[in-house]
Amino acid sequence: MPVLGAFVFPPIDELFRWKGFLFEGTPLEVNKTVLLILISSLLILVIFIGGGRKKALRPGPVQNVVEMTYEFIDNGITKDVVGHDAGRYTPFLGSLFLFILFLNFWEVIPFLQFPPTSRMAVPGFLAIMVYILYLVVGFKNQGFKYLTGHLFPPGVPLALYILVTPIEFVQLFLVRPFSLAVRLLANMMAGHILLTALALLTAYALKNAPIIAIGPFLLNVGVTGFEILVGFLQAYIFTLLTAVYLGDALHPEH
Amino acid sequence: MSTLLLAAQQAGELKDGLQSIGAGIVYGAAAIGPGIGIGLVVGNAIQAMARQPEMQGTIRTTMFLGIAFTEALALFGFVLFFLAKS
Repeated sequence: MPVLGAFVFPPIDELFRWKGFLFEGTPLEVNKTVLLILISSLLILVIFIGGGRKKALRPGPVQNVVEMTYEFIDNGITKDVVGHDAGRYTPFLGSLFLFILFLNFWEVIPFLQFPPTSRMAVPGFLAIMVYILYLVVGFKNQGFKYLTGHLFPPGVPLALYILVTPIEFVQLFLVRPFSLAVRLLANMMAGHILLTALALLTAYALKNAPIIAIGPFLLNVGVTGFEILVGFLQAYIFTLLTAVYLGDALHPEH
Repeated sequence: MSTLLLAAQQAGELKDGLQSIGAGIVYGAAAIGPGIGIGLVVGNAIQAMARQPEMQGTIRTTMFLGIAFTEALALFGFVLFFLAKS
């Protein structure tokens, strides 16, 4: 009887680095991550342009989903968080939400099971985009008062500014974009590692002691359901935080 | 000479082992505070929802914001875990 205990987890790089299969060696190299990003962009375009074009009075299923999504972003995020006069940010926030949502959901699609958001390039790029956007909007709307309002918050005792100002500076210029990117990355990465570990454990147990394979298998199914929730929640939180930063840039402290 | 070689080899193993222990402590310690923090945030949000069900939407949004900010610390620990291991 084979002995349990020789289970080896592959190095982390093996889970996240994919070999290119098109245009290898050029900057335009295509691997699984890039392919999934392209497919999801295309899917979003087809579903949402196709569903939004025909403005039927009695909407079909696709149009219904499209309109509900728009309503969710417009009412739940833009109007509630950014401000009632900020309707023009809905397209940006909507695209952001849908892009992250579709990328996250590749985690639970059978046989593909890899979220492109678990590579730093995607959340990093999105976070830099949001970073530039809220700084530009802030300085454009409030001028220099955007910076002073943040660095010297009113109602703080004078001596405490020695402590508060550096913290606020780091918060505004470093922690915000960094935590935005790392939050999405770490959540998807942890989910992927967890699912991989459970799947490998199931396969290993199946080979050596089939009876106990049921444990990790059921756990894997449960965690997959949990990952759907996490994928949605992370897309929502990323969009919500972007909206909070934008609202902060548009309107001074209430 | 051979004892020196052995010592050098053991030092390498020792380094690997200590790195793994350090990485484990980094993530474990980083998860304590956010764990307590998220518990507080969600607990208070539930209490607020139970007291004032008509404010549910606003409370939920604010709760997610609070969770996101608290959780960030644990996630920094998660990233540092990989940095400490390699």
